[in-house]
Amino acid sequence: MRALKTLAAASIAALLPAGAYAAGGGGDVTDVSFPFEGPLGSYDQQQVQRGFQVYNEVCSGCHGLQYVSFRSLGWDSGPGYSEEQVRAFAAMYQVPDESDEALPGDMREAEPSDNFPANDSIGAPDLSLMAKARAGFHGPVGTGLSQLVNGIGGPEYIYSLLTSYTGDDKEQAGSILYENPIMDGGWIQMAPPLYEGAVEYADGTPATESQMAKDVSAFLMWTAEPKLVERKEAGARNFVFVALLGVLLYLTNKKLWAGVKKRRAESS
Amino acid sequence: MSGIPHEPYEPKSGFAKWVESRLPIGSIIHSTLTIPTPKNLNWMWIWGIVLTVCLALQIVTGIALAMHYTPHVDLAFASVEKIMRDVNAGWLIRYLHMNGASLFFIAVYFHIFRSLYYGSYKAPREITWIIGILIYVAMMATAFMGYVLPWGQMSFWGATVITNLFSAIPLVGDTIVTWLWGGFSVDNPTLQRFFSLHYLLPFVIAGLVIVHIWAFHSTGNNNPTGVEVRRGSIEEAKKDTVPFWPYFVIKDLFALAVILLVFVVLVFFMPNYLGHPDNYIEANPLATPAHIVPEWYFLPFYAILRAITFDILFIDSKLGGVLAMFGAIVVLALAPWLDTSRVRSGRYRPTFKLFFWGFVANFFVLMWAGGMPAEGLVPTISLIGTIYWFAYFLVILPLLGVIETPLPQPKTIEEAFAAEQAEKSMKAGTTPVTSTEIATPAE
Repeated sequence: MRALKTLAAASIAALLPAGAYAAGGGGDVTDVSFPFEGPLGSYDQQQVQRGFQVYNEVCSGCHGLQYVSFRSLGWDSGPGYSEEQVRAFAAMYQVPDESDEALPGDMREAEPSDNFPANDSIGAPDLSLMAKARAGFHGPVGTGLSQLVNGIGGPEYIYSLLTSYTGDDKEQAGSILYENPIMDGGWIQMAPPLYEGAVEYADGTPATESQMAKDVSAFLMWTAEPKLVERKEAGARNFVFVALLGVLLYLTNKKLWAGVKKRRAESS
Repeated sequence: MSGIPHEPYEPKSGFAKWVESRLPIGSIIHSTLTIPTPKNLNWMWIWGIVLTVCLALQIVTGIALAMHYTPHVDLAFASVEKIMRDVNAGWLIRYLHMNGASLFFIAVYFHIFRSLYYGSYKAPREITWIIGILIYVAMMATAFMGYVLPWGQMSFWGATVITNLFSAIPLVGDTIVTWLWGGFSVDNPTLQRFFSLHYLLPFVIAGLVIVHIWAFHSTGNNNPTGVEVRRGSIEEAKKDTVPFWPYFVIKDLFALAVILLVFVVLVFFMPNYLGHPDNYIEANPLATPAHIVPEWYFLPFYAILRAITFDILFIDSKLGGVLAMFGAIVVLALAPWLDTSRVRSGRYRPTFKLFFWGFVANFFVLMWAGGMPAEGLVPTISLIGTIYWFAYFLVILPLLGVIETPLPQPKTIEEAFAAEQAEKSMKAGTTPVTSTEIATPAE
């Protein structure tokens, strides 16, 4: 959507207000440096695991993760948990029992082959794809090309949202709204979810609000794009291959045409 | 095949003779591959190959995706996520398909603008042009329906906005929309028929592509000078042309490699760059996105659609917008008959050049306007852009042919090619006669 301007940038750059396509979010999204950004970035397993811990202990109360399977928590390029750990995490969740003996509404412990349950207890959005469902970066001059280096900006949106509560709230139509400039409209139904020490990190990292927000954003990038590392690795291989092929074809083409061009040049 | 004179196919082996007398497949392949091609084609003549590769890529990746995709409102979004996560290399196939559509349109716009600049649409290539426009329209229909399939928010609301356009038709509009939807809103029947048609249309395009190629293989390629290949004899034609294989096959493959390099960056490093974040939210008929924006390649026409904000006599603004949008394609299709100039190539038409580049700039302005919320100056800019679009075809092209004094054209392609090479070797600091440097691959 933004790329048309790549083509047009030269001629109409001056016309472009930055952030023309801000789909979600009114405020300024802070750029956070994540290890998975840039053409060669990959997930930091420790960070993704800490982020999962935040999701598991804080977010999962209200938010589902319905497109993410428990077994994918064991994928090496992501959280990389062991089989036993994956089984144990799955067992912490209840999913609908669809076996022959079960009655409608029966629940059972989840297994690694299940997905995380959807959670619509209070109408909070599913988080599986949140990091790709919010626009982040549009620069330079509205082209969004900086995404190549800075990432798409979705995790930054989540981080900024989680750390931008002003502390104000208001009651509207029976529900409490919290002021947050990142949210479209400036008010959000979600109460500030993170506070210093909300989780106790297994690896001993101090659980500051900013640390937790950053970690859970990284985890949600992984849930949105679990094949990111495979993709970027394949990209590097493909780039080198196509570039080499291009050089060979260039030389072949030059040699092939040399005869035709020379003949013409001499006869003129 | 008629066209430029060239050596006929002569089957050599006994087997080839046996086949040729029963099915002339050998001579078809031969005449397609060795077709005499103007030797002066520049780098704007590579887009046809790129487009062919795009079509093949879209069909191959699309068939694989269809094996895993479920066209049902409750399952479509989840099945796409399944492809992204659990299907082997599913993420790659889907990102190739998704971005392949953009590459397809980038290539087709270059291809169309090239034809407009070099007058490729003019006699005797009008049928090639018309078939090309049909391909372009079929591409737009295919891309539009394909975008609906993941059943994200933009899929749903895009489908709602675009199908609703037909309600602007007087009297029967609403009935037509209900018929298109298969119900009273965009719903499961809509999704299923879009899936079916999205699978069908690419094969229609493939058929049209064959006719497109057949047509210009009969007339011969246009070329940057717009001067026709001499057809008096095989010898004469050979002075203006080289066989397609190997000269243009290798040249096109090199160009393709360069373009694929950019495509690799897009697919592997920023696959969602051209998409819209809202499409990662499952379709929700109860929540309208703040800005409903089509994919980038539709934006110029979306701007034209929204440019008509006033009623004209008995035509209300909605119908006016729809007519303008479809009319924009119709005037494009009529270019061969609207352009009165006897000179084919824009290279020799100084005034035309200015208006042509104005048309290109206008295309980008419309694209920008189509992506902006319709407020402030945007509708005015869209309207000016729309007026220029129509004026270009209906006023400028017919008038310029009469009032413009064109520059002299070269007599033959051979002459133009030689002059071009001489100029290049002058720039390289060598004289044409001793320009052995050109002949050696390493500079």
